[in-house]
Amino acid sequence: MEIGCKTEGNTTVAYILGEIDHHNAVTARAALDEMIEQLAPIRFGIDLSGVTFCDSSGLGLVMGRMRKCQTVGSSMFIKNPSAAAERMLAIAGMDRILKIERGK
Amino acid sequence: MSERITNVMKTEFAAKSINEAYARSAVAAFAALCDPSVSVIADIKTVVSEAVTNAIVHGYAGFENKQECIVSVLCKMTEGNKLIIRIKDKGRGIEDVHTAMQPLYTTDTDGERSGMGFTVMQSFTDAIRVRSTPGKGTVVTLEKRLKR
Repeated sequence: MEIGCKTEGNTTVAYILGEIDHHNAVTARAALDEMIEQLAPIRFGIDLSGVTFCDSSGLGLVMGRMRKCQTVGSSMFIKNPSAAAERMLAIAGMDRILKIERGK
Repeated sequence: MSERITNVMKTEFAAKSINEAYARSAVAAFAALCDPSVSVIADIKTVVSEAVTNAIVHGYAGFENKQECIVSVLCKMTEGNKLIIRIKDKGRGIEDVHTAMQPLYTTDTDGERSGMGFTVMQSFTDAIRVRSTPGKGTVVTLEKRLKR
């Protein structure tokens, strides 16, 4: 799994490449929390286009980061979820409560 | 009537999170022998990951020597291309299986578990059975028809 981020203006977008399971989610959680805490961007996106596998640990990861963003006042969104990530968001109905940006 | 079994695979591993990827890949490789679609393989990998994660996170919660905590996965393929997967641990067991299977139910306190594991298993398989004895362990059996 590879994680990184890019900041443009008031928006930071983190990306996750590879598989999100319970094992990898621990690493992802620490990396994303560090970005959110240190950068506290107005908008924080998580680009899931490079996610090749995602189980419910990915849902926990997204739910936890939503709460983390709220604590620093960032507005969170998901960007371009892969098919693996999208179906997991859909099963929990998170596609209805989360802002999901597609394209670009 | 039960279908004739045509192939069997069994693997056992220590209850360590790094083995979650191994478990789902091993079952996916076994399932791939009957040439299912890519989306069926994705379903198989997801449900195995959920069940094995439960065994590691909940079944063996509080156990000290994880190398000696074993998760076993038994797969059977039937003549009609039904895959039967049995994931077994000898951990704490579940007091109330019905409650544990409710969507969003979790015993997790740090907010990092979604409580959707059993819901995902139910959604992506044709049948699920959970047999658990507190103090003895849990057996989750999943069935999925890989192709008609």
